Amino acid sequence: MRAMLLITAKDLRQRVRDRSLLLMAILVPFGLAAIFSLVFGDVEDQQAPTFVVADQDRGQIATTFTGQALAPLERRGVLRLKKAGTEQDARTLVERGEAAAAYVIPAGFTRDVLSGRPATLRVIGNVNARIGTFVARSVADAFAAEVRYVQVALAVKGGGSPQEAVAVAAPVTLENLAADRRQLSIGEYLSAGMAVFFLFFTVRFGFSSILDERRDGTLARLLAAPIPRVTIAFGKLLGGIVVGVVSMTVLVVAAWLLLDARWGHPVGVGLLVVAGVLAATGVMAMVATVATTAEQAGNVHGVVAVLLGVLGGVFIPIQQMSGALEVLSLLTPHRWFLEGLADLHGENAPMLATGPTLALLGFATVTTGIALTRLGRMLRT
Amino acid sequence: MLFFPAAQQTSHVTGTEILKCQHLRKTFGDLTAVDDVSFAIEPGQTYGLLGPNGAGKTTTISMITGILERDGGDVLISGRPHNTTSTWGKKQIGYVPQDLALYPDLSARENLRFFARLYGLPRAGIRPRIEEVLQVVGLAERAKDPVKAYSGGMKRRLNIGVGLLHGPPLLILDEPTAGVDPQSRNAILESVSALTGEGVAVLYTTHYMEEAERLCDRIGIIDLGRIRAEGTRRELVGLVGELDRVSLTTDGTRDVPELEALPEVRKTSVQEGHLEVMVQDARKALPRILAAATDAGVTVRAVEVHEPNLESVFLHLTGKALRD
Repeated sequence: MRAMLLITAKDLRQRVRDRSLLLMAILVPFGLAAIFSLVFGDVEDQQAPTFVVADQDRGQIATTFTGQALAPLERRGVLRLKKAGTEQDARTLVERGEAAAAYVIPAGFTRDVLSGRPATLRVIGNVNARIGTFVARSVADAFAAEVRYVQVALAVKGGGSPQEAVAVAAPVTLENLAADRRQLSIGEYLSAGMAVFFLFFTVRFGFSSILDERRDGTLARLLAAPIPRVTIAFGKLLGGIVVGVVSMTVLVVAAWLLLDARWGHPVGVGLLVVAGVLAATGVMAMVATVATTAEQAGNVHGVVAVLLGVLGGVFIPIQQMSGALEVLSLLTPHRWFLEGLADLHGENAPMLATGPTLALLGFATVTTGIALTRLGRMLRT
Repeated sequence: MLFFPAAQQTSHVTGTEILKCQHLRKTFGDLTAVDDVSFAIEPGQTYGLLGPNGAGKTTTISMITGILERDGGDVLISGRPHNTTSTWGKKQIGYVPQDLALYPDLSARENLRFFARLYGLPRAGIRPRIEEVLQVVGLAERAKDPVKAYSGGMKRRLNIGVGLLHGPPLLILDEPTAGVDPQSRNAILESVSALTGEGVAVLYTTHYMEEAERLCDRIGIIDLGRIRAEGTRRELVGLVGELDRVSLTTDGTRDVPELEALPEVRKTSVQEGHLEVMVQDARKALPRILAAATDAGVTVRAVEVHEPNLESVFLHLTGKALRD
């Protein structure tokens, strides 16, 4: 144990003096995550579009549209409302870019609806605000469909007031389950993705540094020293694990403090991080055993880390993968790590991401076991 | 002092063989790198393994140090069986590999501290011992500098210092002067001589004949994985039975038949301006050779004495030069 810790401490001292580790373990992944968050964060954080309403009707149906269709959306922050006295005022606001779209409710609109005559609700969109215009049209379409539903209900009843028709139960209703949906934000996903992607480059300095020792001639000295050979391997593995856990912890905390990431319960996140580091260490140790030189190991590690990262959903979200690739992604620790973080995310999330954590520990056990069985190949001068 | 005080030494057996190799054998695929190699070293003795590159010296050393599994034979350290897992045996050995085996990003002191702790030196004794070794290898002034900033000679000296650190009774030096300037080489050879004076047994591999002749009490000539001959320098030379050669530079070309009558002289030959005399013991016979030449009226302008050396022994045994 003492010799193992000595080797680990020596390796860490060497790594600390090697600035490339700091770059690879912390600065690059955090920098990329921050840049991506700035670039893509706008998708989530775009300001709510402003809609102008020019109500020239002021009747019951017009009031229903503004009060029951638009006002709730404004209260939920989906859109912002402005009022205009005339259609021209509304059009001017849209043309100036002060509003994404305008609703013009013409005089007689309520009367026409209640009497079953064709009625028109005009939507004026800004050509430069396509999404806002699309939202405005969608809201209007939904309201028109609702009006149509009321008219059909009246026809079926064969008379009655509109209020009675509205009281008829809707044939199909939707239940909003958004509060339970566990999904990382774009910023969180990118931060976690970059962290786990670069983790594979970070931990490779552990076990594969046996090849560095061989290249530098110091492996002969370690083998001649009065310590069990397996101590060398465990010392190296521990060095990689320590560096991995430290870098992941720094990245997780930095993303929380600086990128406003919400990761979930610290215990669950901590266990997931440790399991992820163990899995990454095992995979890279196993890969190192196929190499004969430090340079060869570096090349193979790079290829494996990128392949696993792409397949694991670091660059392309899993949801956008085809069926076969999605299944294959289950063979990557990245997929399980990101899935574990998603499980821990949200108001009603569990304290532990049990499944993903166990999957990562499984990766660690199998790959580290294979690496250790091939240890003799590594420990030769 | 290069060696640990007696109280801190690991059990240093005197009067018996500290290292005994019996019938060592190692193959790599079809290649037999070491074949039936046997020798022994006593405390205070320097044993040289002399052979060209690829002769099997480093492979033999790797088996002795426990770096490499052997395919056959035995290694005994102070009478105890030794292999790759023998921690006791490894503590008895100070190993100086042929290649520099140092951590370039660490300082000399950090390198020494790491190996001192790895060899289990008592914590309280580590610091003074490191300072002692730094003084011995002449790096006390640069102890804080990273090794990558050292010259080649400084690295070589530190490489040896690491091997000396734990005060081993057996020091194994694998071509320690390879690529070293003459001044550093001389310092290294003097250090090794001093160590044997303190009772350390030294196994020294080299392909420099002069080093083996200067340092080693006994020499094993190794080639193609086999010990071809073993003994003291005089024994090896005697084994070959070569004669000394006295080369006289003369004024003319004239034979001196009187030389043939001297008991030590075996053969003479005359060349333009030279008289070559093959003799049993040149140092003893030289005065009489010069007297005979002068008596015969030959003016001797210069004398060269060529004694058979290990180079010629190696040539005789293997049919090739040491540096081939």
